[in-house]
Amino acid sequence: MPPMFGHSFSCNEISRLVSRLQDAPPSSWERVKLRLHLTFCVACRRFDAQMRVLRDAMRLYRS
Amino acid sequence: MHPPGFAADLEGHRAYLMRVARLQLRDDAQAEDVVQETLIAALAGAGFSGKSSLKTWLTGILKHKIVDAIRRKQREPIAVSGFGDLGDELDIEDFDAMFDRTGHWSPPPADWGNPEEALGRRQFVEIVDFCLERLPPNTARVFMMREVLELETAEICKELSITPNNLWVILYRARMALRQCLEQNWFAADASRRGAAGPGTPATP
Repeated sequence: MPPMFGHSFSCNEISRLVSRLQDAPPSSWERVKLRLHLTFCVACRRFDAQMRVLRDAMRLYRS
Repeated sequence: MHPPGFAADLEGHRAYLMRVARLQLRDDAQAEDVVQETLIAALAGAGFSGKSSLKTWLTGILKHKIVDAIRRKQREPIAVSGFGDLGDELDIEDFDAMFDRTGHWSPPPADWGNPEEALGRRQFVEIVDFCLERLPPNTARVFMMREVLELETAEICKELSITPNNLWVILYRARMALRQCLEQNWFAADASRRGAAGPGTPATP
């Protein structure tokens, strides 16, 4: 994301949001922000996919 | 009635249940107690329908026994459930180091290729276990409460007397550490296996 979008749009912040969405529902603004960021950012799309793999891995671990 | 060999099947899961209980309670004797109670309840109960796996069902019983044990522990005035060092773990290993000053990934997460294949492999669960063991103890404990015992976030906050924000930070750190560990120990090796001349490729005669 270009810096003009500000700190709350950084990959650092988005990765925290991706993690938090596994534990709490997002606000509608967060949902928009996330969707927009993932559209443009390959690295965060990979991270998002990895978090889903981790969740599946833990499902496997306990079953 | 339970099928023949049911008790032996239960016994086969004792080691797994002990690991989960020990991590949560930090006390071998208490862990043995809750595991014993779990196995007795499993033998006595007619609740196993075969809809879920036996391990999942046992984990569900264990969860209630552990929550009860944590509650009993918190009623004891001394040693508030041994959770005093959680603050230290919140400070260390700042994952801001995974990002550059402008907030971009550095290095970016790798492409994990075909994770379905990994999830189908027995050794993958062993690597997950290896990575869980490497988490700081309280971070592992909170992560397992969420992902293995499947407690709701509100329940975890209540049991541990922490705020939702604290909890999100701990879970974030656990997930960041686990993804890094899995990437290094499984998916990097996996990628080299996929490559024709990868170090893991056995020589063909």
